[in-house]
Amino acid sequence: MKEKIIEKILTLLAFSAIGVLLLITVFIFKEGLPVILKAGIKDFLFSAKWAPTKGHFGILAMIISSLAVTFGSIVMGVPLALACAVTLAEFCPPRLLVFLKPTIELLAGIPSVVFGFLGVILLVPIIREYLGGPGLSLLAASIILAIMILPTITSISIDAIQAVPLLYKEGALAMGATHWQAIWLVILPAARSGVVTAIILGMARAIGETMAVIMVAGNALKIPSSLLDPVRTLTSTIALEMGYSAGDHRTALFAAGMILFIFIMALTILANLLMRKK
Amino acid sequence: MPAIAINNLDLYYGSFQALKGITSFFKEKTITALIGPSGCGKSTLLRCLNRMNDLIDGIRIEGQVLIGDKDIYAPGTDLIQLRKEVGMVFQRPNPFPLSILENVIFGLKIHGQLPSEKKKWEKIAFRALSAVGLWETLKDRLKESALSLTLEQQQRVCIARIVALQSRIVLMDEPCSALDPMATEKIESLMLNLKENFTIVIVTHNMQQAARISEETGFMLLGDLIEFGPTGQIFTKPQDDRTNDYITGRYG
Ligand SMILES: Nc1ncnc2c1ncn2[C@@H]1O[C@H](COP(=O)(O)OP(=O)(O)OP(=O)(O)O)[C@@H](O)[C@H]1O
Ligand SMILES: [Mg+2]
Repeated sequence: MKEKIIEKILTLLAFSAIGVLLLITVFIFKEGLPVILKAGIKDFLFSAKWAPTKGHFGILAMIISSLAVTFGSIVMGVPLALACAVTLAEFCPPRLLVFLKPTIELLAGIPSVVFGFLGVILLVPIIREYLGGPGLSLLAASIILAIMILPTITSISIDAIQAVPLLYKEGALAMGATHWQAIWLVILPAARSGVVTAIILGMARAIGETMAVIMVAGNALKIPSSLLDPVRTLTSTIALEMGYSAGDHRTALFAAGMILFIFIMALTILANLLMRKK
Repeated sequence: MPAIAINNLDLYYGSFQALKGITSFFKEKTITALIGPSGCGKSTLLRCLNRMNDLIDGIRIEGQVLIGDKDIYAPGTDLIQLRKEVGMVFQRPNPFPLSILENVIFGLKIHGQLPSEKKKWEKIAFRALSAVGLWETLKDRLKESALSLTLEQQQRVCIARIVALQSRIVLMDEPCSALDPMATEKIESLMLNLKENFTIVIVTHNMQQAARISEETGFMLLGDLIEFGPTGQIFTKPQDDRTNDYITGRYG
């Protein structure tokens, strides 16, 4: 009897979580859609002219900026994360791994404002000094994001590598493969779907990150033409402008949020599909 | 000269002695079977022959294993070369999660012997898969994942990998225990064919299997090699009472 009640309550809680998600979705779409329809899908997505108080709602520059920082962070973060994962999963004594893996996961819990702060005081001056430009840039944002997604990708990749049956590794070694050959030719291919899932979740994290990006990206609203240009992402725009926006401007921000939401949903669903396929 | 000569081999897992002064000779191009109750050290002994035991922490090995005329435990032994010559087939078929073709050419690839022209790969696959009786079935499916095959076929692909590498010795650790009787029978007849070109050492729980396919048999108990000799003799006129007890089913 008592268990029945507990079970009911838990089911209710589970459904309420889904309910909240549904509510958010409905809310964002309800708020955002009208302005898209008003401006026209084409002008909304494919115009870089963003002057919402004057009736221009083009978010192309932001989309490109968001994609650029995400892509940059993946290009820099993935090789590093994979190197970390392989080292930890394959070369690190198990007793050390028990200690190191939670440490890495702890990195994921550091508030993003801290990363942004480090970026501003350490990274941005270095870029300004040695590479030129304002320092606050696409490059700075990509590097900070690369560091931020490192723990996620590393940790999930370690799990994926460790889930590869030992038999595969033994089979390779028993044929005379070196440890590296076994990793490169057998273990990583076998762990592929897990690793790809990790990368996609990292992408979702990068594209959705706000605070750290605002702090180091410079936030100039234009399509970047070099790595050293400042950029303003979807998330930055929403966070920076929501406070004072009103009317159509406010709705346009919701519309931008809607696009972001669609990106992240798509990535998450893709990651889930891949995980299930395994 | 025997293909494999084991000389007073001791092995310790930490402080536990799993092999006790094993001395034996395995003949070339012969099937030698190792039998004995569970935990007696058959797998351990087998894995000494390609030094797969080296991977285990806290292991200590003393004594000699000569393959050809080389002591594989001598310092400076090239493990990669050793494992190229001494292949291993595992209890659970473990083809790599790659295509059938990639599995077959894997050995040549890691040893830097794979010709760069892809056309020649098919020829390699032809020879190796023919040797294990799979060419006709698989010739149009070389690009498919090896994991899509039946267990028996997977085990054959694992053997084909070794054939392609032109190893001289094949170690088999209960290669049929994951297979049904039909598949077992087929793998056994494959082993009899392979004997023409390979020295085979097989660990098996299945005494009928040892009797059917091997020329020589070793009976192990608690880390000792109790008795070793021609298979017929081991199964009909064992010299040691403990062997007799085992083959008449008193240990299970
Ligand atoms: N990695 C290890 N660490 C410690 N002890 C081990 C290890 N591997 C095996 N042993 C022990 O060594 C002994 C021999 O094991 P082995 O696996 O060689 O037996 P086996 O004859 O192959 O048995 P089975 O027929 O069950 O496969 C057993 O007592 C086992 O518990
Ligand atoms: Mg065993």
